[in-house]
Amino acid sequence: MNLVSYDDAMASYDPVMGLEVHVELGTKTKMFCGCSTELGAEPNSQTCPTCLGLPGSLPVVNAIGVESAIKIGLALNCEIAEWCRFARKNYFYPDMPKNFQTSQYDEPIAFNGYLDVQLEDGEIFRVEIERAHMEEDTGKSSHIGGATGRIHGASHSLLDYNRAGIPLIEIVTKPIEGAGVRAPEVAKAYVAELRELIKALDVSEARMDKGQMRCDVNLSLRPHGREKFGTRSETKNVNSLRSVERAARFEIMRHATVLDDGGTIVQETRHFHEEDGSTTAGRIKDNAEDYRYFPEPDLVPIAPSREWVEELRAGLPELPRLRRARLQGEWGLSDKDMQSVLNAGAVQPILETIAAGAPADQARKWWMGELARRSNETGTDLAEQPITPAQVARVCALVAEGKLNDKLARQVIEAVLAGEGEPDAVVEKRGLAVVSDDSALGAAVDQAIAENAAIADKIRDGKLAAVGALVGAVMKTTRGQADAARVKDLILEKLGVQA
Amino acid sequence: MTDLIRSTAAETAAAIASGQVSAVEVTQAHLDRIEAVDKKVNAFLHVDTEGALGAARAVDEKRARGEKLGPLAGVPLALKDVFTTKGIPTTCGSKILEGWIPPYDATVTSRLKDAGVVILGKTNMDEFAMGSSTENSAYGPTGNPWDLSRIPGGSGGGSAAALAAYQAPLAIGTDTGGSIRQPGAITGTVGVKPTYGSVSRYGLVAFSSSLDQGGPCARTVLDAALLHEAIAGHDPMDSTSIDAPVPAVVEAAKRRDIRGMRIGVVKEFAGEGYQAGVMQRFNESVELLRELGAEVVEISCPSFLLAMPAYYLIAPSEASSNLARFDAMRYGLRVGDDGTRSAEDVTALTREAGFGAEVKRRIILGTYALSSGYYDAYYGSAQKVRTLISRDFDAAFAGVDVLVSPTTPTTAFPIGERADDPLAMYLADLCTIPSNLAGNAAMSLPCGLAPEDNLPVGLQIIAPAMADDRLYRVGGAVEAALNDKWGHTLLEEAPAL
Repeated sequence: MNLVSYDDAMASYDPVMGLEVHVELGTKTKMFCGCSTELGAEPNSQTCPTCLGLPGSLPVVNAIGVESAIKIGLALNCEIAEWCRFARKNYFYPDMPKNFQTSQYDEPIAFNGYLDVQLEDGEIFRVEIERAHMEEDTGKSSHIGGATGRIHGASHSLLDYNRAGIPLIEIVTKPIEGAGVRAPEVAKAYVAELRELIKALDVSEARMDKGQMRCDVNLSLRPHGREKFGTRSETKNVNSLRSVERAARFEIMRHATVLDDGGTIVQETRHFHEEDGSTTAGRIKDNAEDYRYFPEPDLVPIAPSREWVEELRAGLPELPRLRRARLQGEWGLSDKDMQSVLNAGAVQPILETIAAGAPADQARKWWMGELARRSNETGTDLAEQPITPAQVARVCALVAEGKLNDKLARQVIEAVLAGEGEPDAVVEKRGLAVVSDDSALGAAVDQAIAENAAIADKIRDGKLAAVGALVGAVMKTTRGQADAARVKDLILEKLGVQA
Repeated sequence: MTDLIRSTAAETAAAIASGQVSAVEVTQAHLDRIEAVDKKVNAFLHVDTEGALGAARAVDEKRARGEKLGPLAGVPLALKDVFTTKGIPTTCGSKILEGWIPPYDATVTSRLKDAGVVILGKTNMDEFAMGSSTENSAYGPTGNPWDLSRIPGGSGGGSAAALAAYQAPLAIGTDTGGSIRQPGAITGTVGVKPTYGSVSRYGLVAFSSSLDQGGPCARTVLDAALLHEAIAGHDPMDSTSIDAPVPAVVEAAKRRDIRGMRIGVVKEFAGEGYQAGVMQRFNESVELLRELGAEVVEISCPSFLLAMPAYYLIAPSEASSNLARFDAMRYGLRVGDDGTRSAEDVTALTREAGFGAEVKRRIILGTYALSSGYYDAYYGSAQKVRTLISRDFDAAFAGVDVLVSPTTPTTAFPIGERADDPLAMYLADLCTIPSNLAGNAAMSLPCGLAPEDNLPVGLQIIAPAMADDRLYRVGGAVEAALNDKWGHTLLEEAPAL
């Protein structure tokens, strides 16, 4: 299918988005039982009668889960329900132990809020929040034997219920209108801001690559000037910031193509493909889908006292947008520089690198230079690069100690990213340390003078600028490991020239 | 002790504690009785001979060490097969759970074990507790020890029949719409539905979560009270469990004095459909209450007439969700898994084979009632009726201490008679359902034989939530007066098996 261009799509249509984000809370135990939520355990080792949905088992609400939900609600400027209930969402799936999900329906814990997000040019866009509600995660299905890992074509499926019952908060926006051509950017900025917020609240690590935060992008188009929303598609499990933007953009172009062609959009779920940024059709969502919600009779209503809510409100941390303004001041950055740090998702890595002992300018230099470039090239989030802030800080320290120069430091970073281990181990293994030992450098300097007699003469005649060429030659023979300043001194000394 | 199987639980416990008889002897006597009569009665789905004798030995050893025994230590009990038992099959009377061995004990199960009660085995029941005759069991009907061609009531027919057939002096039932009380009435035994939330539901395989309540079954009011105290009380594993002290039911059962109590007769529970002999014995009981010094008044609770339709929307709705987990994926029966079929087809074939007709009927009914577009009219309206019923109870209890009615409109009917007429079957729970909808406490105890068929009639007593002790106070007094009048217990009139 040939898609109409993004610009052409926007010339005719106005996008309306709805974003649904699921956040796995970082509680120690599951939402309705005492099982561990630790990732990476042996399949089905973190289960009990309750999270396996065995006959006779009953749920008990995790108080920390409720507290986290209220904190998220407050940070999103929501009203907190004085009284709310869980509800059963009835549907079948083999990885759902009870064949109903304990969730919330018409009585969410938090509702009617907003989140202000900053776009790349600094403009603030307000995304209104419909609700934030508590629910439990399902187990995980692995489909074996097929080419794509999807159920289609698989010979059998394996079920792991370790994830079943892990607390989730689902955060649903109201329809996002008026973003126009910037809709994909708004979507990305919203998810990014939400992620920062969740992390600042310390209720989840919100790692999208680990599935701790998952986004569904609902999108529809309507011709300019029309009020009625078009039919929406629901692109499920879009799991990186970049993908959120790409998915929104692709769906805008796809919808426009269908509509321009006189076709109609089918209400369906869609799968997003990281490889090419496209989406393909999932299941049709017609009105036959009926979850038969009803209040969960195994749980009693939740009625958070106003005192508790106010206590939690008072304990909220500095919110990310305000914190960013503060950091910009502390780091002495221009609006533009701060914005590029934000766009790159570098605030947290830089902060953590500073916390690990690096100077602010050095920390920013690495994350915004080498690492940002790599993140762009690979299409992965900066924070998810295979290097830790502590490792970056260690490289900075080695430079400060004179053990590495800029070029060598770059090689060390690359080696760490390639999985060769800690910075010190890389220096050791690759023999990358700066050479400033005169005896080791002497031979290289002599060789450079001998091979470049004409240049040496120029220097002797007082043309000191020519020394750079000889330094370059030495650096070349020492593969960049020489201490450049010391090399220059040695050359001048050997040529009997005063600097 | 002269008769190991006909003694009350209180007598047996005292005899064991004093060393007059060992718990092993008592247990063996009951196992022998089961062996002798259960082929006829079919009260048990599973008899745990080893486990029972082991538990009895543990009690005897404890006594030998000079440790203090609990009030029911060493007394045998029949457990309804709807409670999970670690390592012992739990089927809920359904084929779909055939072969499932639970990895955990229900709270009721573990409290019984902790009390030194000897669990003899698991008793027959209507599949998933859906029924009033135990005919809906996938493992064949249970016979009523008064007349084996008749039903023992349901869903807990196995537990009630085990008591009436002297296979156990104690039993546990569950009561969602009358499944403890109606079998109690039908078999001439005592059954109590405690206040909702006072006995933990953890490990009770759910039929209708907002209505299900486990409770004691026994041959005497005092035995029921002793069992009530053993199993009731707050459980952090059940969020709907009440965190408050259990009313002093044993003390109340021993009091035998109801002078000055105010008792209401529910006007709506009479008339068409009520067997003449049932009403005769009920009216005599009301007269007896007056003679014992209670003040009796007539009370009208008009919304009780709406209880049946409301119940048959709420219970199936919750059941349709609770039973969704039986999908052949993780435990129990699996049909058609030959490597060629999809998971969905295997689930469908398993349910087709594994669920009985009544269960399927209620799943379909409940699924429909919860459907979008019907929810408000059905489930929503039923919840409103529930509120009205609670208000009728509140108004009644503002003027009286307890209410009384017949437990069930008729005596035991012949097996097969109502099997194809679900509406006729549902009428058996007409008088018991309101208490489930309101969550209060109710008891059934024997009040005589209907003259026309010589079958037991039950008197129902209803008390406000958390006033379970009033049931035992009234029940204990009525039981003592009737036994005095008859010169023996009612059950002694039952034919020998």
